[in-house]
Amino acid sequence: MRAIYRRELKSYFHTMVGYVFIAFLVAFTGVYFMAFNLNYGYPYFSYVLSSIHFVFMIAVPILTMRSFAEDRKNKTDQMLLTAPVSLWKVVLGKYLAMVSIFAVPCVIYLIFPLIIMTQGTAYLVVDYLSILAFFLIGCVYIAVGMFLSSLTESPIIAAISTFGVLLLSYLWSGIADFLPGSAAGNAAGIIILAAVLVLGIYQMTKNWLIAAMLEAAVVITCVVIGIVKASLLEGALSNLLGRFSLADVLTGIASNSLLDVGGLIFDVSLAGLFIFLTMQMIQKRRWS
Amino acid sequence: MIEVKNLVKRYGRHLAVDGLSFQVEEGQIYGFLGPNGAGKSTTMNIMTGYIGATEGEVLINGHDILKEPEEAKKHIGYLPEQPPLYMEMTVREYLCFAGELKKIPKDKLEEQIAEVMELTKLEESENRLIHNLSKGYRQRVGLAQAILGFPEIIILDEPTVGLDPKQIIEIRELIRSLAKRHTVILSSHILAEIREVCDYIMIISKGRLVASDTPDNLENLMNKTAYIQIQVRKPEDRIRNILGSLECIETAEYSAEGEGVITVRIQGRDKEDIREKLFLAFAEERVPLQELRLVKSTLEEVFLELTQEGKEAETDESNI
Repeated sequence: MRAIYRRELKSYFHTMVGYVFIAFLVAFTGVYFMAFNLNYGYPYFSYVLSSIHFVFMIAVPILTMRSFAEDRKNKTDQMLLTAPVSLWKVVLGKYLAMVSIFAVPCVIYLIFPLIIMTQGTAYLVVDYLSILAFFLIGCVYIAVGMFLSSLTESPIIAAISTFGVLLLSYLWSGIADFLPGSAAGNAAGIIILAAVLVLGIYQMTKNWLIAAMLEAAVVITCVVIGIVKASLLEGALSNLLGRFSLADVLTGIASNSLLDVGGLIFDVSLAGLFIFLTMQMIQKRRWS
Repeated sequence: MIEVKNLVKRYGRHLAVDGLSFQVEEGQIYGFLGPNGAGKSTTMNIMTGYIGATEGEVLINGHDILKEPEEAKKHIGYLPEQPPLYMEMTVREYLCFAGELKKIPKDKLEEQIAEVMELTKLEESENRLIHNLSKGYRQRVGLAQAILGFPEIIILDEPTVGLDPKQIIEIRELIRSLAKRHTVILSSHILAEIREVCDYIMIISKGRLVASDTPDNLENLMNKTAYIQIQVRKPEDRIRNILGSLECIETAEYSAEGEGVITVRIQGRDKEDIREKLFLAFAEERVPLQELRLVKSTLEEVFLELTQEGKEAETDESNI
């Protein structure tokens, strides 16, 4: 794992991608920091971070697009997969290398609250927690980007699809407002959502029995809850899907100084899930 | 050493490898021979654990490549069809990385890299970016990566493709020298190469093993198809009379070639060498022979014969 981690890290700096990524993040943060904190004298650095959340959409695809797609294109994956190294080490090595690069701007961010402190009162706990939340959210996005990169042979397609997913995630809280509120609408939404998931499972396993049973289970549960206690279903969809609005944790810290610990744990689990899915995807390709 | 049992690989409906079984013994050079698309690369990819087989198993020194991948892969060095090179690294950096992947202890790594670079004649390009190397040199870096750590089994997929004749000879010599300490399996669609380097040939066609033996045995196997070719001046019925009087002839094919000359392909009975009898028969009738020669089938013909549509030679698979 260390060999892969070190190679990836070096390669990011050989190909300039690492420098560009770090420079881009730091420069953008710097501009916002100058405007909000220095110019307008607002003492919270967390506000800057929650405002520049959108840079992930551009920065993360640049970082993650090559991770697996390029290996596959250049056939270097043959070397990694035929070496006496287990797959999870390969995936984790690559992931940690990307996270390390993302950690560089985050470490630089640690300086900003101190600059505020030299000019007056700084709210260090809030600011440092927001940097932690920012880092964790970035880790989730990197895991998503890595997963999408493992799906394709072309870094460009990987970058564009990552951009699409991150854009969706950015607009998510807005989209979630349009979800239906009534019990029936929610039940229908959940069933449709389950159908999409089940179709995905069927694609992967080619086992229609499991797929059909899962779908049936969801339908029955919805119907039973709908009959017994319909109020449970009201707004269930927006509650469920609203969790995926990752930026909410950051906004919570910035605007209310509230830390959503559950949200942070959710981020970490989501990153773990996508790392796991990446491994599954690579395994699946070996067998088809 | 390597045991491949009833290997099957399906890509959707396409059957790439169809029930392949063979064993590989220590210290020999094995050649996979087959036309393009015969399933050579697929078989090698399965043997090295890059892709999974639909059915069947591969045992490397008793370790199943799928159940104990790390243990099995330790014994293999693999050069795929396209060398797996990171273009942005220098040759030395790349080999260091390959060594670390193969878990070569740090204190031995330096020494081994030097040895491998000497074998593949890469010392001078040690600090060059792989991106800037020519095809032949890239192939050598790929080869160096495969033999690094000196695994017991070295698998090379078309190692000489795209090289110039001088490089091909060098690589062949290198493979031969490797065989002193290692088992080498290489694939090629070039017959001359396999014939020159390998101790043992496995001919694969459409994912099936159609023949496997030493080069000499394969040629002998086909020698029953050897025939004698003579050229005699016309008229044809006179030649027919002479040949008809000889009992040792099984078949004779007549074809007119050039002016006033007839070429006859004669198959003797019971593999008997009938050249002298033919000569005497014609001499008695005072008909001069312009040409008399024995045509043996070459390995090329064996290869074509075996890999042609719908044909399967009856070889004894038990002596693989």
